[in-house]
Amino acid sequence: MNYNLILVRFGELTIKGRNRRRFESLMFTNIKQALASFSKLEFERSYGRLFIHLNGENFDAVSERLSEIFGLSSFSPVVRAENKVEAIQDAALQVMRGLERTPKTFKVTVRRTWKDFPHDSQQMNHLVGAHVLRNTPDLKVDVRNPEIELKVDIQAEATFVYCRVIPGAGGFPIGMNGKAMLLLSGGIDSPVAGWMAMRKGLEIEAVHFHSYPFTSEQATEKVVSLTQRLAHYGGRLKLHLVPFTEIQTMLAQKGRENLIITLMRRSMLRIAEKLAERSGALALVTGDSLGQVASQTLGSMNVIGRTVSLPLLRPLVMMDKLDIIRQAEKIGTYETSILPYEDCCTLFVPKSPATNPNLHVVERIEAGMKAELERLIEEAVAGTETVLIDSRGRVPAARKAEAAGTADEDRWF
Amino acid sequence: MDMLYFDHAASTLPYEQVVRTVGELMTLHYANAAALHKSGAEAMRLVERARSAVAGAFGAKPDEVVFTSGGTESNNFAIKGTVFSSRKPKKHIITTAIEHASVYECVKQLERQGVEVTILPVDGQGRVSPDSVANALREDTVLVSVMHVNNETGAIQPIEEIGRLLADRPQVRFHVDGVQAIGKVPVRWKEWGIDLYTGSAHKFRGPKGVGFLLVREGLALAPLLAGGGQEDGRRSGTHNVPGIVATAQALRLTMESMDERRTRMYGLRRKLIGLLKDIPELCLNVPEEEERSAPQIVNVSYPGMRPEVLVHMLEEHGILISTQSACSSKSLKPSRVLTAMGLDEQRASGSIRISFGDEHTERDIDILADRLRAVVAKLKPLERSFS
Repeated sequence: MNYNLILVRFGELTIKGRNRRRFESLMFTNIKQALASFSKLEFERSYGRLFIHLNGENFDAVSERLSEIFGLSSFSPVVRAENKVEAIQDAALQVMRGLERTPKTFKVTVRRTWKDFPHDSQQMNHLVGAHVLRNTPDLKVDVRNPEIELKVDIQAEATFVYCRVIPGAGGFPIGMNGKAMLLLSGGIDSPVAGWMAMRKGLEIEAVHFHSYPFTSEQATEKVVSLTQRLAHYGGRLKLHLVPFTEIQTMLAQKGRENLIITLMRRSMLRIAEKLAERSGALALVTGDSLGQVASQTLGSMNVIGRTVSLPLLRPLVMMDKLDIIRQAEKIGTYETSILPYEDCCTLFVPKSPATNPNLHVVERIEAGMKAELERLIEEAVAGTETVLIDSRGRVPAARKAEAAGTADEDRWF
Repeated sequence: MDMLYFDHAASTLPYEQVVRTVGELMTLHYANAAALHKSGAEAMRLVERARSAVAGAFGAKPDEVVFTSGGTESNNFAIKGTVFSSRKPKKHIITTAIEHASVYECVKQLERQGVEVTILPVDGQGRVSPDSVANALREDTVLVSVMHVNNETGAIQPIEEIGRLLADRPQVRFHVDGVQAIGKVPVRWKEWGIDLYTGSAHKFRGPKGVGFLLVREGLALAPLLAGGGQEDGRRSGTHNVPGIVATAQALRLTMESMDERRTRMYGLRRKLIGLLKDIPELCLNVPEEEERSAPQIVNVSYPGMRPEVLVHMLEEHGILISTQSACSSKSLKPSRVLTAMGLDEQRASGSIRISFGDEHTERDIDILADRLRAVVAKLKPLERSFS
């Protein structure tokens, strides 16, 4: 059966008052943006939900895109009926007949939000159920474990009949909960952390550290691809490319091989914090997962995290590697993440990095190179190149630094 | 006298943008796409963007597109790549009598090396029957290779039906040479169960020397060229960056305009066939019906007339066409395709192929018919001395 109407329910119903209005208008903007490629759709807002008129657009394609939008709790293809018993009965039969496979059992659940409707929900249950039974051979009612639950929702403006509830991605609309900087390495974890942060309504700016020429152009392109994938979920976002070579080579020459990762990480966080300040972001998001590598032991997290005062959000901290991989596959970042280009986190890795670094030792080493380190951090921040990425790749306007020849390469395609 | 070019099935004028793109890329992106430095990475990014664009045009994944040097290489790669990667002790290939030389001769070469080959006949309309494919299938069949649109007659082969009957034989690979089909008839390779699909850029107004093979995901194919391991190890050799990018561009332009061009070309075909009927010396070698004929090719014979005489006479009258396919023009043998259709030697020997391009108008068809008429009138008294 071809439905023409989708009922979209927003998530996190606990939000009240002014926040709720903001939530809904953000939600509406994000949905319209995500569905922009379906030009025939029409949108109709109503309290706490949204109706989408398909006008001939393909339901499956719209449905696939809808299920990726954050803040959306669920949606259903529905039939709209006038608030009259006969009309509702007809709609119920239409939905039941439209099922791909005829069920053996069903039940009717009526919700009467509009209390002026002449029959209460009990009566309506019978009126609708009996009508469907009369007109469908071999169908039985089973209130405990029905194959199909036929839902009838009586609202003031009309009644909606449906039987499928498709879960949405949940969470909050992007931007609802402010902005954070995501430390994006190019590995498997950090894109997943970014996706989870976005799902919680955070607007994300990605920060990537590169140690060219020790890391390659391909490694940067890989991060661009990952950011591009994140943009598929969150619209366009900024990617900050931080030159880390000077700091990394300086730290590598300090003769404290076992602490180099700790020192490197602390510098990265401090740079990210400075970039956050510039962008008005209020948190740093990392892909740390407890105990996964030397820098992600509790001892390391403690010593590394203390260098900044912004909250450090670690969405994956309690997740197993296999679950993270599964999630990466689901959101479409895994294939890119496993491309074998070395990033700066795997560079100069010592044979036995400290898993329980001593904070005082680390602070003493840093104090010994204070002026130099601060200068290099400032230089890294100043030398950061920011590119704007959308789901198709770099947004050309942001590529001023590139040669004129590549700025409008679109003419070649 | 203005020259009219009616040999677009042999090769065609590239789009102006495509010529510009090749020039600009040769100047701006001359770096080797496999190089590690910035310029190399830029070039590689362009190649990958082109790959995504080509994949998109066919509903394929980017990894399913391998760029090659053209139709001949793609066909050889599909066939030999399949045979060389098969571990069966005995190998059997099924193909048809009307394939392009790059399939036909490739299969013949393998036959001399011990691969068993079944060459299927075609009917009077130049079409292979799906039943004959089904009957030819054996336990050791590794490949079925059937072209999509014939290059001499424009006959569309029953690819979808063959794909369907191979659906329950996953160990048999299905290769389709789509060189004359792309941009002229719809291609739904995945839906039709095709494993390998050949395309050549210069047939759809792209540059010469570039082609591609669509290779269904997960399919092992032994590479023909050993070397630097480009194209994921499947096709070594420095990437032809300008050609590859221009191919993606030409493909987009050709696909975008396909419906409109098809309508126009079928119109020209109808008009030409109507006019040819008024020249009694000529016999039409293609069916009038359009449903299973590509729009761009008409084939006609002057029985008994030596084809190169026709070509040169027409040339003097300002018409450029080919006898048979351009590649086989120089041989004086009767056309293998027309012979397979059951036409007698005289008709199969004196055939010419007229193929349309985007620039042709109805007026050009009138001129073509007039000049054909004039040539035939001149040759008529000499018929005996040439036959």
